[in-house]
Amino acid sequence: MSEPLLVVDDLHVTFKIHGGRAVRAVDGVSFAVRAGETVGIVGESGSGKSVTALAILGLLPSRGVTTSGSILLNGQQLLGASEHDMQDVRGRRAAMVFQDPMTSLNPVLTIGRQLTETITRHLGVKRDAARDRAAELLDRVGIPEPRQRLKNYPHQLSGGMRQRVMIAIALASDPALIIADEPTTALDVTIQAQVLELLREVVRESNTALVMITHDLGVIAGICESVNVMYSGRIVESNERHHLFASPRHHYTRGLLASVPRLDGAQGRLVPIPGSPSDVIAWSEGCAFAPRCPAVSDACRGQAPELVSSPEGGTLRCVQPAPVGMPVWSGR
Amino acid sequence: MIRFVVRRLLLLIPILFGLSILLFIWVRALPGGPATALLGERATPERIAQINKAYGFDKPMITQYLTYMKRVTRFDFGQSITLRKDVTAELVRRFPATIELSMAAMLFAVGVGIPLGFMAAKRERTWFDYGAVTASLIGVSIPVFFLGQILKWVFALKLNWLPTIGRLAPTRELVHHTNFNVVDSLLAIDGGALWDAIKHLILPGIALGTIPLAIIARITRASVLEVLNDDYVRTARAKGLRTSTVNRVHVLRNSMLPIVTVIGLQTGLLLSGAVLTETVFAWGGMGQLIAGAVLDKDYPVIQGGVMFLAIVFVLVNLVVDVLYAFIDPRIRVS
Repeated sequence: MSEPLLVVDDLHVTFKIHGGRAVRAVDGVSFAVRAGETVGIVGESGSGKSVTALAILGLLPSRGVTTSGSILLNGQQLLGASEHDMQDVRGRRAAMVFQDPMTSLNPVLTIGRQLTETITRHLGVKRDAARDRAAELLDRVGIPEPRQRLKNYPHQLSGGMRQRVMIAIALASDPALIIADEPTTALDVTIQAQVLELLREVVRESNTALVMITHDLGVIAGICESVNVMYSGRIVESNERHHLFASPRHHYTRGLLASVPRLDGAQGRLVPIPGSPSDVIAWSEGCAFAPRCPAVSDACRGQAPELVSSPEGGTLRCVQPAPVGMPVWSGR
Repeated sequence: MIRFVVRRLLLLIPILFGLSILLFIWVRALPGGPATALLGERATPERIAQINKAYGFDKPMITQYLTYMKRVTRFDFGQSITLRKDVTAELVRRFPATIELSMAAMLFAVGVGIPLGFMAAKRERTWFDYGAVTASLIGVSIPVFFLGQILKWVFALKLNWLPTIGRLAPTRELVHHTNFNVVDSLLAIDGGALWDAIKHLILPGIALGTIPLAIIARITRASVLEVLNDDYVRTARAKGLRTSTVNRVHVLRNSMLPIVTVIGLQTGLLLSGAVLTETVFAWGGMGQLIAGAVLDKDYPVIQGGVMFLAIVFVLVNLVVDVLYAFIDPRIRVS
């Protein structure tokens, strides 16, 4: 296998709220992505997945935020790189697709303007050439009549179209890495499938590495080769996609899977994870998921479980994991 | 867009009609009258009656109003009683002075206010921000006549850098085509006169521009702070755009809507005559004209002047509304 394109190693992000206590949003996250590979990061709101994405591109606010660890893109250290250097990385070598296409495009500028400004910035081409390239990109993401669309404003496009425009912007200078932060969450179900298909195509055609951030295991199932499950700032389980779905071992992963509806109705009633992500204990005092975990025991408290490689492949952070091969859906 | 403009212009007619009635009644409700003001100590009942008869003030109010309106439709606002001049001609002569002063003040207010508010927002909750907020609070609170006198005392009297009053040095000769001194000196290709005119504009411009500056700075700060948190600014950064491009294209432009509103309102207010500033600097614009007319009960000047300013105010606001559409395409459609 080739060398990984992106290597995130022991990433920590701490927010210091004005006058308040420090919050560890990302607490020692490591993963790697190869060219042409799609890696999912899944977790509930507040699990630190979006913060991880923003940290990779250096888009976190500078004040009140401390980061440590290492983020290597093609061997270049991005963590601690100057803003000026990061501006050459962003949009050029690593691009991002955001969650809400309604608000992520500038309402007062035309689609064409928002596309061409990335193109001229990174590819150093003249305006006319940039316009041609912009039309090509819109065509590539499946927008009909791209020349006319360039003159449109975001509010004249549907949600799905806008997300296609966002993807076109991300593709503008053929980045090696695309980070998609909940790219389908704000869209209708039918449009979600189209957007995922488009992203899959992009990865296949350009051998792009894709980091897919989502809370939706359906999205993961449709597109990712491997999955990292995050809880309270840490990865609690990671594995190849089919292993993870076939034999989830962390009780949080199992809870996520149990709350996804299945078309064959195999699981009976949907089972929500009890409690909310705010019911956590600090990792230093034990497993953060312990307050919500159905299999919690005394061993779960006192010290944090380590992330260890399991013999069946993948890594796991749990002292009382579910046995290998035990199905999630037991409600039958 | 054209239909919108025409509709707004047509709306001017009922506004001005209503205003004319209110004004007509209001000026006549003031104690005393033009005759008393004109005669001063020499006022006797006979002479007052004589003057009132000469100007037609003895006729019934409704008759006076109809005669007045008949002339107004021909843009004839009558004769000034105390100045003994044609009101329309006097307004046309004085208005350029007011425009010139207002423009200088707005140039100062916008030129300093927007960057100040923008930088304060970018450095939110730093000493620069606190300083800017405090300064703008002082700016809106300081009385204009006081600031004017202080400026004059420091820069004109103590340092002797700038002139104290007027629009040109008394010795300066300049042919007036437009009554805009800056324009006239450019037309005459007279650099000395131009510099002289600009020097006369600086102190009154600062005095008059300080309050709008403070207001613009505060609105800019608030507006930019809001936009900085918007998703599309994050998108712009994620595209790898240079910080200056993000600020200029995505932050500032999107924060302009409330800023333009305030600039429009303030311009309207400045054009409607800065009585205090014009008095402190003996500017001789609309403010001084109308203030004097009120003291002298010079009915035609008050009525003509206020009507004229109302037209200006509506037009400035119309320009602002048209500008909206240029700034925000969403308004263009709806």
